[in-house]
Formats: sequence, structure tokens, C-alpha cells
Amino acid sequence: MSARELAEAVRRGERTAQSLLEASLRAIDERNDELHVFLHVDEPGARAAARLVDDRVARGEDPGRLAGVPIALKDNLCQTGVPTTCSSRILEGWRPPYSATVIDRLIGAGAVPVGKTNLDEFAMGSSTETSAFGPTRNPLDPTRVPGGSSGGSAASVAAGMTPLALGSDTGGSIRQPAALCGIVGVKPTYGMVSRYGLIAFASSLDQIGPFAADVADAALLLEVIAGHDPMDSTSLPEPAPDLLAHLDDGVAGRRVGLVRELLDGADPEIVAAVERATGVLRDAGATVVELSIPELRLGLSAYYLIAPAEASSNLARYDGVRYGLRVDGDDVTAMNEATRTAGFGAEVKRRIMLGTYALSAGYYDAYYGQALKVRTQMIEAFRRAYQRVDLLIGATTPSVAFPFGSKTNDPMAMYLSDVFTIPTNLAGEAALSLPFGRGEADLPIGVQLLGPGRSEPLLFAAARVLERVERGS
Amino acid sequence: MTLADGWEMVIGLEVHTELRTATKMFCGCANTFGAEPNTNVCPVCLGLPGSLPVLNVRAVDMAMAIGTALNCTIQRSTFHRKNYFYPDMPKDYQISQYDLPINANGFLDLSDATRVSIERAHLEEDTGKSTHLGGGGRIHGADRSLVDYNRSGVPLVEIVSGPDMRSAAQARRYASELRAVLIATGASDGRMEEGSMRIDANVSVRRSGEPFGTRCEIKNLNSLRSLYHAIEFEAQRQVALLEDGGVVRQETRHWDENVGATSTMRVKEEAEDYRYFREPDLVDLAPDDAWRARVSAGLGPLPAQRRAELLALLATATPAQRDAIDVVIDLGLERYVHAASSAGVDVGVALSRVANELAGVDDVSRLSTGAFTETLAMETRGELSATQAKAVLADLLRGDGDVSAVVAARGFEQLSGASLAETITSLIESNPDEWRRYCAGDDKLAQFFIGLVMRETRGRANGRAVVSDLEARR
Repeated sequence: MSARELAEAVRRGERTAQSLLEASLRAIDERNDELHVFLHVDEPGARAAARLVDDRVARGEDPGRLAGVPIALKDNLCQTGVPTTCSSRILEGWRPPYSATVIDRLIGAGAVPVGKTNLDEFAMGSSTETSAFGPTRNPLDPTRVPGGSSGGSAASVAAGMTPLALGSDTGGSIRQPAALCGIVGVKPTYGMVSRYGLIAFASSLDQIGPFAADVADAALLLEVIAGHDPMDSTSLPEPAPDLLAHLDDGVAGRRVGLVRELLDGADPEIVAAVERATGVLRDAGATVVELSIPELRLGLSAYYLIAPAEASSNLARYDGVRYGLRVDGDDVTAMNEATRTAGFGAEVKRRIMLGTYALSAGYYDAYYGQALKVRTQMIEAFRRAYQRVDLLIGATTPSVAFPFGSKTNDPMAMYLSDVFTIPTNLAGEAALSLPFGRGEADLPIGVQLLGPGRSEPLLFAAARVLERVERGS
Repeated sequence: MTLADGWEMVIGLEVHTELRTATKMFCGCANTFGAEPNTNVCPVCLGLPGSLPVLNVRAVDMAMAIGTALNCTIQRSTFHRKNYFYPDMPKDYQISQYDLPINANGFLDLSDATRVSIERAHLEEDTGKSTHLGGGGRIHGADRSLVDYNRSGVPLVEIVSGPDMRSAAQARRYASELRAVLIATGASDGRMEEGSMRIDANVSVRRSGEPFGTRCEIKNLNSLRSLYHAIEFEAQRQVALLEDGGVVRQETRHWDENVGATSTMRVKEEAEDYRYFREPDLVDLAPDDAWRARVSAGLGPLPAQRRAELLALLATATPAQRDAIDVVIDLGLERYVHAASSAGVDVGVALSRVANELAGVDDVSRLSTGAFTETLAMETRGELSATQAKAVLADLLRGDGDVSAVVAARGFEQLSGASLAETITSLIESNPDEWRRYCAGDDKLAQFFIGLVMRETRGRANGRAVVSDLEARR
């Protein structure tokens, strides 16, 4: 059953939130040791939340649009009293005294947060292999990665542990694991979802978004978490968009651009899947043009300066003074160094050093400054493309889920798995990935739909056209 | 003190002032001084993971008021992060303004008719406050350090002057005038002793007409007196160094109040690279014309003008009266002087009473200008002595009732003419010798009788009435 159907059943009193939760906990119990999806399962908190939902139904109240639906939360979202680690030793044992805005909104809509999922340390990675607590396995093939950084959240939905999950996407961290796990993942327009309570990796790129088994569930979840939040200065001023209302609008008369650069270097099966998807949209009445946006090739380089630069500043606060890990030293500086040396993993250290270097006097103009210019060019290039077409289509990833360890010794190879997703983050625009066809080893392929800021209604409608053909329903 | 022949000081000041907003710069915590440590804190001002700043519009209003008062251009501005590690800075970066400050290119005119340029007056957040136990109170060598984050996130404006000042006295005049302006805008209480206004001084020396020399920055001067003496010391030190053939090293120096000397804190080679970059958690700050106009309209007359208005009430002002005017303007109490002056009370007396009797009182709201004027009018008419008038003002400030009630409660009403005459008659009778000598022309004995009358009436007699009564009987 979909999350929509489950919530409706709970609202009508046909199912209880507690029974949905117990089913979710059983599914987690069955496979979490094997897959390592959850870092922490908040059984008491989840049971209390489910009981509240059932009590409201019993009193004749409406608990909300996600009534009783269990949901998994990426462990970089703060939840009051629940351990929040970012998969890092440096935050081990820390319990936030406050909850992220999205979590308040979920609970307000009757959802039941069941626990915190694994991620690459501080969301820096594309496979969950940089987690300090060990990687997550892909439920479809446990010898392979689920993608990352939101690998745990994607795996939770793919393994049927929860119908829904939240992730965060800084350079593809929702779309890439969604593609590798065969589910739907959305990177909303920058500012559409409040970042308050999302532990920052790269603030100008980070955006929280939904994972779901189908397009409509993803739309419902995004409707619940989106909308202006006065606690986030970069939050868009408007309320959440109407997505479900436009889900069946179709794409007749829409112009779709097939982007050459979003297929470059992809597996042949993936190129074929994207071309087939393009055909489906054409058959549904869209006009398809092939186009080239050469600036997209610069995205990866710009991203690996901007994101580490912001991260080097965002992660400075983990200094051992106030919370999390502290390793003593002879003086404050020695304590800071010892704490950060012991608390951060190799990938995090690599990016902090890269970012610190990119912002340093004498290097700023050549690196960070140059990257900002590329970012501006990228925004301009997308703007020009969206004068010609309504949305863009391409691959989400160059390959299907890859085996453990195949890219861990080659950071560039790992970074390249986000080459198709990064441009959207740099431009602050919207994109989603949905499963469409199968590739190597019968693993799912993700097709990516991209649109300008606030184009989510159209993106979801187009995704629904593809999904209907793919599923036959 | 002056410098040796041919030498000239070049001074620029960086003044930090805390803004008197109700809440902090980026969160809803109270902005108050002196609360229990770490009680005015929340996820935002503690920089907890995931928290985000939201700009306090009142802090912007106040920064704009300061910029307007300092004749600055108020412009579209941005926030940057200034990155460095320090335990009392919870995010290990400070949100500040960098290449685009909200206020730029202003000036401040001083009472000596000189003009000091203002390069910028930008917004930033304050840090927490560290207390180092052991090791001489410095972080290095301390046994343990305690941090109070109540001050973390308190809004600050940093006002950077041009290198326009040429003497310690001029720098002090600038700081004093700037303080008065800050108080007048309502943006700051100007309390240097509580750290709500802190000064860093950039000092260099040169031979007259030559290019600027290498400067040293003296940090955290917390009184006008320290400012003056630190600059004097530092300039003398640099001249002595140069005259001995040495060179001045660009460095940050610490002023030791007890020793009366500056000493090296850190040299420039150790200066940090702050890796400034745009704060991605905040959006641009772009006040429109309507906002500027609103701030401008809310700004009352500035101290220089208000001082001139008081000076105009005096034919000539003594140095003491000029000082009293400064105090009255700083405290914003000139309405009392103006009211008293309109009622014909001597302006010098009114100034002195306000500067001395009202200045030390936190809340003067219980003393109306009418009651103040009435009290001073009684003093002028001789119905109250100076001492009595001061006592009455103190009672009025405490809220003990109106003037007549306070005068009555104190027993300061004067005796009626008949009752006074009776007292004088009986005193003449019991002191016949003195009375004879007075009648014979010994005027000094008038004082003798006044003293007796005052003792007898416990001070309730009007001295002048006693003299005229005695004169009439002689």
C-alpha cells in the first residue's frame, strides 16, 4: 500500500498507526543487521507518536495527511532528544534540544518518525561508505552500495522498512541513492523546504527532500514539509505548492529538452532508458528537442570548491568546547586539534582542507572566486535553456549501483557519480529522479527530470507520465 | 605631553558599540547585561548544529540611525563569515560585514571645529565572554576557562574612522563626541565600563609632512582616560624607537592600565587569515528609501546642536558649566534646564542642579520639569536654601509627592511674618548687649542674630526676611 492509502486507512479508522508502526519495526528488525539502514531506532518515541495519532482518530479528530505513516529521517536532521550524529564520531552521543522545522511539520501531519538513517559522514560521499559507523547495503543487492549520501533513507524505502523517508541533497544526495535503490527522490527548489534543523554541509546548496516508492507519495510528502519558515532566512516566501492537484496534468504541449551533457559517459543501458523515457513524453504530447548545455561540464569542478569552502566553515564549530566529542590537550588549540583529528573521518578532513585552501588569502580569487563565477554562468546557462524548453531530461547517474570498495580509493571516480546531479544544486533549481528501466545486473536505472525554480508541479506531472507507462498504472 | 620636535601622531579609531535591542541579532534571546551565565541562550546563539540566523530588524534600524547621525551613505549590504577558532565564539566564525557595510563614507564634526572621516559603520555579532582561571587571566597558561554565551549574538556596530586624528586629546574628543552621538541615537547606552562601547586605537607617528608610518593597534581600551594615556604612551614609544634608529613593527598591542604601558599581543606575521566569504544563511540587506526616511525621521537633534542650544542660554560659560552641559546632553536631561530657564531661573544654577542632583539617578521620570522649576524658583526667591533645594529634589526623584508636600514633610515651609517677628523680639530681649552693638552700627552682628533665629526655628526662617526685619528695628 502507498503512504497515501495507509494514511487514508488510518484517518478512516480502518488501520491503526500503532499497527503500521509495528509492521515497520518488524521490517527493520528483519533486515537492519544485514543492511545497516538505521543508526538509531526510536521505538519509545515512535510508539508514543503512533498512540497519539490513534487517540486523535478515536476522538474523531483528523491527525493529518500523513496520519500514522512511519517515516525514516536522515541522521543529519535534528530531533529533540533523539541522538543525531551525521554518521560522525564527533557528534556521537549528542541529543539536540530542538527539532528541525520539517520534523515539526511531519508530526503536525500525523507522520510517525521511527528513527535516524545512515549517511556518508556529514553527507560527504556518494555511497554511505564514509559513515563512521559502517556502510549501508543496497536492499536490491547487498554486495552493492545504496548510493549516498542519503543511502540509509533510500534503503529504508527500498527495503519496505518505511513507506517514506527524508534525505538532504547538496550535490545529488537524494536523487543518486533514489536512482540506485529504484525509488523516487526529489531535490526541491532551493528555499522551498526549510533548512532549520538540518545540520549544514554546504548551506547554499543543501536542500531537504522526500524519498518515496511512487511519485504521488513523494508529492504528498513534499507538500507537507514545504512552505515558508520564518526560522530560515533563505526560505521562499510562499506556501507549499499544489503538487497532487496537478499530478495528472500530463505533458501535452510541453517542451522537453534532452540534454547531451546529462548522458555523457553514462552506461549504454542508461542512455537507452533516458531515450525511451523521452519517447514516452513525446507520445504523451510533449515536444522534444535535443540540446547541449556545455557549462554543465564545469559543474563538478565548481561544486568541489564551493561545497568544501562552505563546509570548512560550517564544520568549524565541532571543536570539542560545547558538545559531542572532546579529546583533551595541553591547551585549547591542542584540544581543538586532537578532537577534530579523532572525530572526523578522512573524506571530511579532505574536504575541510580543500575548502580552507580555496578560501585562503592568495588563493581565494583563483579557486573560490572562480567557482562563484562558474556558478553564475551555470545559472545563466539554465536560464537560457528554460527560455527554449519547460523542463530538461537526462540520466541521474552514470551507472547503476556499484560494488562496495570500487570507488573508495579514487575520490575523483566517486565524485563523478554526482556529475549529472550537481548542476541543479549550483543553480538552486528543482530536479527529481524516478526509476525507469533496468541496467547492468538487472539493477534499477534512474531518469532525472530537471526544471527551473518552483517548477515542481510540472516535474511531478511529467514524472507521473513516465511512471504510468513504466508500471502500467 | 607632546611629541619631540618635528614628530606628529596619526590616529584612527575602531569603536565597537553594543546595540540596545530587546533581543539578540539573530535570535529571540534577551539582550541584557549581567544575567546569570548561560541563561540567555538558545540553539541559534549557541551555534548548535542545524540552527540558522534570522536578522533582527531593530538592529538594522539602530545601525542605520548611527549611520544617519554620522552622515554616512546607507547602502545595500551583505553579511560575511569571519572564520577563526576561539572558544567563546560558538560557531567558530563571526557573522560580520565585509566589502559592503551598511554605512559608508561619513564624518563627525568635533567641538574644536575639526572633522573626522568615518570610513564605515557595519553590523556584526558579539562573541561570548571567557573567564580564564589561573595563568594571569589569559587563555594561555590558564588552569581552566569558563565561557558565558549570554553575550554571544548581541548586535554590534563597528565604527571605523579615517586616520585623521593628530593628538591623543583629539582622539579623546572624537571618542567622547561619538559616544554622545551613539547615546543620542538611542542605539547605545555608551557604558564603556560595562563593555557596551569598546575602542581599538591605530597609532603611528611620522615626521611632519612625511608619509604615514607603520601603525600599531592597541586593543580594547575601555575608558576615555585609557584611550588618552595609551595613545600618548604608544606614540612616545614609537618616536623613541625611531629616534634610536629602530623600526616600528606592525603589531597588535595590549594596554596595561596598572603599568601604564602597552605591550605586544601578536605581531602581524601571526595575523590570522579570516577566509571571509558571503554568509549563505542570510540574504542581502537592502534598505529602501522609505526605510531610510523612517529612520531619519525617528532621529532627534544631535548632541552638537543640543549643546549649542544650552550654551545660547548663558552669556558666557565657565569651564565647569561646559562640563555640566556635556553631562546634561549625554544624559538627555536638557529639558529640565530649558524649562527652568523659561521660568526665569538662573541657568547656571539649573545646569548645576541637573548635572549634580539628577545625573546619578537611573530613572528621573518621577521628577516633572514643572516640579524641578518650582523648586529652583523657591531657591531663587530665598524660600529654600541650596541645601534644602537639593534635599527637595532628592525626595521628588524618589516619588515622595509634589513640591509643597515634600517641603512640608521636610519642615521647610517658612515661618509667617508674625511668628518670625515674635521670635526676633524674644532673641533681642535675651541678647541686649549684642543688639546695642548692632544698633550702634556693627553690621557683623546681623549674622549673629540670623544664626540664632535659624537655630531657634530649625532653619525654617528665610534669611533675607530676618535681615530686613532687623534693619527695620535698628
